[in-house]
Amino acid sequence: MWKWLHPYANPEKTFHLTEKLTPWFGYLAMILLAVGMTWALLFVPPDYQQGNSFRIFYIHVPSAILSLSVYVAMAIIAFSALVWQLKLADASVAAIAPVGAALTAVALFTGAAWGKPTWGTWWVWDARLTSQLIQLFLYLGVIALHNAFEDKAQGSKAAGILAIVGVVNVPIIKYSVEWWNTLHQGQTVTQIGKPAMTMDMYLPFVVCLFGFVFLISWLICLRFKTELLERNATRPWVKDLVNQTEK
Amino acid sequence: MNPRRKKRLTIVVSILIGISLITTLVLYALNQNIDLFYTPHEIIHGKDDTGNKPVIGQRIRVGGLVVVGSVSRNPESLKVQFGLTNKGETITVKYDGILPDLFREGQGIIANGVLIENRVLEATEVLAKHDENYMPKEVADALGEGHTPPEYSKNN
Repeated sequence: MWKWLHPYANPEKTFHLTEKLTPWFGYLAMILLAVGMTWALLFVPPDYQQGNSFRIFYIHVPSAILSLSVYVAMAIIAFSALVWQLKLADASVAAIAPVGAALTAVALFTGAAWGKPTWGTWWVWDARLTSQLIQLFLYLGVIALHNAFEDKAQGSKAAGILAIVGVVNVPIIKYSVEWWNTLHQGQTVTQIGKPAMTMDMYLPFVVCLFGFVFLISWLICLRFKTELLERNATRPWVKDLVNQTEK
Repeated sequence: MNPRRKKRLTIVVSILIGISLITTLVLYALNQNIDLFYTPHEIIHGKDDTGNKPVIGQRIRVGGLVVVGSVSRNPESLKVQFGLTNKGETITVKYDGILPDLFREGQGIIANGVLIENRVLEATEVLAKHDENYMPKEVADALGEGHTPPEYSKNN
């Protein structure tokens, strides 16, 4: 069943696959974000209560949703890296963590900028905001542990364990607004059921969300390629690549 | 699966289960403390499961809906007073300061302050809470949720 995956345990094969995919992710991200952002910022009607300030939704929500999904993906990869000792999985955890940290930071920053005009405060220690801040620290911890050891394999192991343990924070973030009284409002968009916004507001959100998906896929691919080259710097296939580009 | 992988799998899975269990228990124990605010109903009757009630002089946050028609302003100063309600219980909030743009009658807000009497809170900060529903103004009007812009906000 998993036979088709086996060739991709080889870093060279994976590198070339990633190289093929990267530009597509980049183009799709550019088109979707250009369309989605123009639509969201210029053509979507203002909210009946918040007016134009609700438009930050189109950056805040995709980055917040994806900061969670990216964390889960990173934890699953770290898990398989620990159990099956896959070197490539270690490299991808190292590639993913900074992208996830950036998404979390964007979500926190846009949230603060949105909170000031609507709630009347930049920050409040409610369950949603605090757990999201903890997630930022988890990402930063994973990055730090990766770089804390001379030996990359050891660093990856330590970082992987932190990534796996930190996954308990994900459901806390997601359900914080339902379990506790918070200043943060409930979920507008869910996987199942109708979104709590009208269609002309929801459709540009979907475009923006997929734009963000491809943007982070593109960024992760770029970082993953660099990680692969760095970790295999002494291998002949990397040397061949370098010689090819120098000619 | 070879025995070494199996061993690692068991270790990692048991760590994960252990951590989730600990987190669940900690959160369960802290449950009421994680709430950002009391509701007016909880101030008078206590929290649902623990019966915790704030005492007079305690600094707390209260979240509820601003009672329609209850907002009274002092024309000489920024002092404002309004009723805050949920589940049929109302408390009075006194505040001296600038209210957020989204503050209006019928809107959910959170007031941070000191409980000075049984049903009176002297707030030092008032935050507006909004819900997860977004819609254009025309839709809101059609649904009958339209509002008159509060007079303190210039652009709306």
